[in-house]
Amino acid sequence: MSMYAQLVETGVNQLQSRAEMSAEERAFQERVDAGIKIEPKDWMPEDYRKTLIRQISQHAHSEIVGQLPEGNWITRAPTLKRKTILLSKVQDEAGHGLYLYGAAETLGVTRDQLYADLLSGKVKYSSIFNYPTLTWADIGAIGWLVDGAAIMNQIPLCRCSYGPYSRAMIRICKEEAFHMRQGYDIMIALCRDGTPEQKALAQDALNRWWWPSLMMFGPPDAESVHSAQSAQWKIKLFSNDELRQKFIDQTIPQAEYLGIRVPDPELKWNEESGHYDFGKIDWDEFWNVVKGNGPCNRERLRARVQAWEDGAWFREALVAHAEKQSQREAEATKAA
Amino acid sequence: MFIRSQHGLAHKHVGSLHAPDAEMAINNARDVYTRRNEGVSIWVVKASDIVASSPGDKAPLFEPANSKVYRHPTFFPMPKEVKNM
Repeated sequence: MSMYAQLVETGVNQLQSRAEMSAEERAFQERVDAGIKIEPKDWMPEDYRKTLIRQISQHAHSEIVGQLPEGNWITRAPTLKRKTILLSKVQDEAGHGLYLYGAAETLGVTRDQLYADLLSGKVKYSSIFNYPTLTWADIGAIGWLVDGAAIMNQIPLCRCSYGPYSRAMIRICKEEAFHMRQGYDIMIALCRDGTPEQKALAQDALNRWWWPSLMMFGPPDAESVHSAQSAQWKIKLFSNDELRQKFIDQTIPQAEYLGIRVPDPELKWNEESGHYDFGKIDWDEFWNVVKGNGPCNRERLRARVQAWEDGAWFREALVAHAEKQSQREAEATKAA
Repeated sequence: MFIRSQHGLAHKHVGSLHAPDAEMAINNARDVYTRRNEGVSIWVVKASDIVASSPGDKAPLFEPANSKVYRHPTFFPMPKEVKNM
């Protein structure tokens, strides 16, 4: 698996043939093949349910952790307008996390359990959020590249086989379009309307975010062991390499308009294939960040744990208030 | 969460959330599901209070309607000469 949910285990190493499937499994696969959505009360294979919980929860965690790199710049946004826009974007990410936790809960897990798995480090979030936001231009680059890459992966998921996930993705994609555009708008301000120093900041941000953005699509297809099962279940609709190529082809002209260059000397338009050829991705870096050794892994998790602990009194107060209110209502009803 | 998107339309299910009480549920629903003026009113219902049929029971549940095609106006052929019906 790729993107906001990277490397999702399916528990299956080889696809079952139709003959090997039970009657229930065959009926399920036929519904998926026919494009009929699977809903929470439908029968589903246990591995499908578990894989979806992993995929949706990783995706939810990515939205929540994804607030941190951008939250870093809310207080330092260059204008009040940029600040209010960034606040809205970060608030959207919290909303996306909630839609997705809600979708995961329809599969018989609790949000508290999923959240505990994030905080303990048991379940990952997208590695892209383990990179730091060093300058304001990084906020532009994240919207443009990171959200751009996310949209590329998420639009097909609007058609995935699991109803609650697909409906959550439809809402998310509508909002992501705003995220990508506000990022590119920041880049335009820096590159086309800005000073040479501002343009240099934008170039530096592109240099740092380009390769990690390409890694967001996940390992090359040849190494993606669980992709075939996810594709058969229609919870993965395009391969990692297909989406990565599509993203590169879409993004290079956008960089040209800005007048900045991606940090890849081997990048070249290939007339024959109709696609850009590009240089080798450093997968050692990717695996190193996945293993927890990226620039910000520890800081990100620490921030989430602290937010959870600092919010404990507030969660308790909400429950205590609700209990008191319902007690008062009960007494008022009795007295009446 | 159910949102009425416009006056005159029915409330439609949009998703779910957690809240300790009904008032907080409305507040949270506003923040999570209506950040872009998606609605004119909100219903919140406890998930545990919803009784749902299973999609797998579709066939027996809706079978009685299948044989009653005469409930549709197109069942009745109308002569070309007859207008406004």
